[in-house]
Amino acid sequence: MDKFTTFTGVAAPLRRSNVDTDQIVPAEYLKRVTRSGFADGCFASWRKDPGFVLNQPVFANAQVLVAGPDFGTGSSREHAVWALQDFGFRTIISSRFADIFRGNSAKTGLLTALVEQDGVEQLWKLIEANPGVSISVDLEHKLVRCETVTLPFEIDEYTRWRLMEGLDDIGLSLRHADAIDAFEAARPSFKPTTSARA
Amino acid sequence: MGRTLAEKLWNDHVVARADGEPDLLFIDLHLVHEVTSPQAFDGLRAAGRRVRRPDLTLITEDHNIPTLDIDKPIADPISAEQVRVVRRNAQEFGIRIFSMGDLENGIVHVVGPQLGLTQPGMTVVCGDSHTSTHGAFGALAFGIGTSEVEHVLATQTLPLKPFKTMAINVDGELAPGVTAKDIVLAIIAKIGTGGGQGYVLEFRGAAIRALSMEGRMTICNMSIEAGARAGMIAPDETTFEYLKGRPHAPQGADWDAALAYWRTLVTDADASFDAEVHIDAASLSPYVTWGTNPGQGLPLSANVPSPADAKDDNDKAAIARALEYMGLTAGTPLRDIPVDMVFVGSCTNGRIEDLRAAAEVLKGRKVADSVHMLVVPGSVKVRQQAIAEGLDRIFMDAGVDWRFAGCSMCLAMNPDKVPSGKRAASTSNRNFEGRQGPGSRTHLVSPQVAAATAVVGRLASPADLEG
Repeated sequence: MDKFTTFTGVAAPLRRSNVDTDQIVPAEYLKRVTRSGFADGCFASWRKDPGFVLNQPVFANAQVLVAGPDFGTGSSREHAVWALQDFGFRTIISSRFADIFRGNSAKTGLLTALVEQDGVEQLWKLIEANPGVSISVDLEHKLVRCETVTLPFEIDEYTRWRLMEGLDDIGLSLRHADAIDAFEAARPSFKPTTSARA
Repeated sequence: MGRTLAEKLWNDHVVARADGEPDLLFIDLHLVHEVTSPQAFDGLRAAGRRVRRPDLTLITEDHNIPTLDIDKPIADPISAEQVRVVRRNAQEFGIRIFSMGDLENGIVHVVGPQLGLTQPGMTVVCGDSHTSTHGAFGALAFGIGTSEVEHVLATQTLPLKPFKTMAINVDGELAPGVTAKDIVLAIIAKIGTGGGQGYVLEFRGAAIRALSMEGRMTICNMSIEAGARAGMIAPDETTFEYLKGRPHAPQGADWDAALAYWRTLVTDADASFDAEVHIDAASLSPYVTWGTNPGQGLPLSANVPSPADAKDDNDKAAIARALEYMGLTAGTPLRDIPVDMVFVGSCTNGRIEDLRAAAEVLKGRKVADSVHMLVVPGSVKVRQQAIAEGLDRIFMDAGVDWRFAGCSMCLAMNPDKVPSGKRAASTSNRNFEGRQGPGSRTHLVSPQVAAATAVVGRLASPADLEG
């Protein structure tokens, strides 16, 4: 996972709430067995509408998505994160994210910056007044900047640290291998296994 | 200070705890299916890691499999590839798999409970958001993403951030014809699709205690539709009765030891929740959704809402957009909405009790000519049970398209889809745009409402069929 400290990119406004993961990447794109190549599935159904915001040429290279509340609800598909990343996004800004989506994003280095809804509205207005404008995301100081506006964002300290260091979760957990062994040894015998029983 | 059920389960599974880091929790059961696992196994291979506990891992094929012609190769080459890959991974890593055609095959969240693998006091994960289903047994059960699937395969643990607890108290008694599905649709309509965010929900109260395990699973299944991390119900005699004698339930002395532990799995009287919600069961009636998220639901007796009813601008835009997508006009009575298709099945309502409920309504009646109705059992075992009880005859006599087991029409990943522009009443869990196929329109309902709707041809409850 690449280290994430600060980042600046063109921002796109998505004035919709409850953007569920079926919209971010429809199920038909989930049949792949690879980890990449999901860009064509990103908002696939909405992109069929020529008027959809991400179809505007000025947002063709957008890397920061400013979305309405409850972004990423629904299915646990991590493909939603991969699709957003493959499409070019490095950061999603919203006033509320679904838990599983936010967890998945942290695993693969997509920053989800939680900004108050007032701030989201400010960003939408700035972008719409000046399409193509960039937003800077400063993970170290937990700030997003757009022209004259600077807004704080929330992210938990542990995720922030992991993103900034680019650390792999499995490696971090395996530091506790002895504790896992000890826990397993103490588990009660009535706990089931999946092995076939006569 | 007492502890909630969720806090007890959490504490019983902490492997390692350090300041500034998430707790590392042990996972008792890891369920795997073909859609969210291939990249996880690839990750293991790339890192040279093995599956730490294949004996706590189980694979089923469900999302992609067809519900017709299951004796033939899967026609869709991409679905076939996904199933081929999961079988190869099962073999390479030594994990038990229930493939299409196996007697134990079925939807992952139907298979775990019916085998008795899901038990009180366990941590259960799966790369599927509806893993919350297993919380019905007093387990801490939640959906995870593919990176986490890889993490659990490699370590049998997960680093997890703390959660908040919310009590959903459903007191009183349900009126006849009102079901677990109506309770959960009413809860989501009340607290919203983000209302449970960050919380583990505990469903409590007389109306919950009165539910069967099937009904409890329906409710916990849809916890995720309220945005919750998990949903759970404290185990009781109903739970123990359901588990006793199942293939993977404890036996002999283990059963007694397990039972003694399970009986401690209740929220202490002096424990407090971070939030509480109250619902009066007696006030509920059959619910249906009218919009494009599960929180957009109303009693069947209501009318399609108007953007003018919205509480804020965001909500106003959401209602307007939902009505446009759904092809509905504000003010229309929900009972006047005609449907083209009816789907009974899924991990929400694909269990034997759900099929019995649909059959009871359909017995001696016919599905309307304008309606195509699918009944899809959640597992092969459910299908066999339905046949043993003669439910298949009732369905076929009524003109139902009676299928083999699978996820089917819930999610448009297999041949069963709702065509573009067509409207379905579905017992599944999501009414998102395009969920049941591109352009499909979904109304979420209970099995009883689904069956009555199929007969009438418009959204209806069994009471509408009488007289």
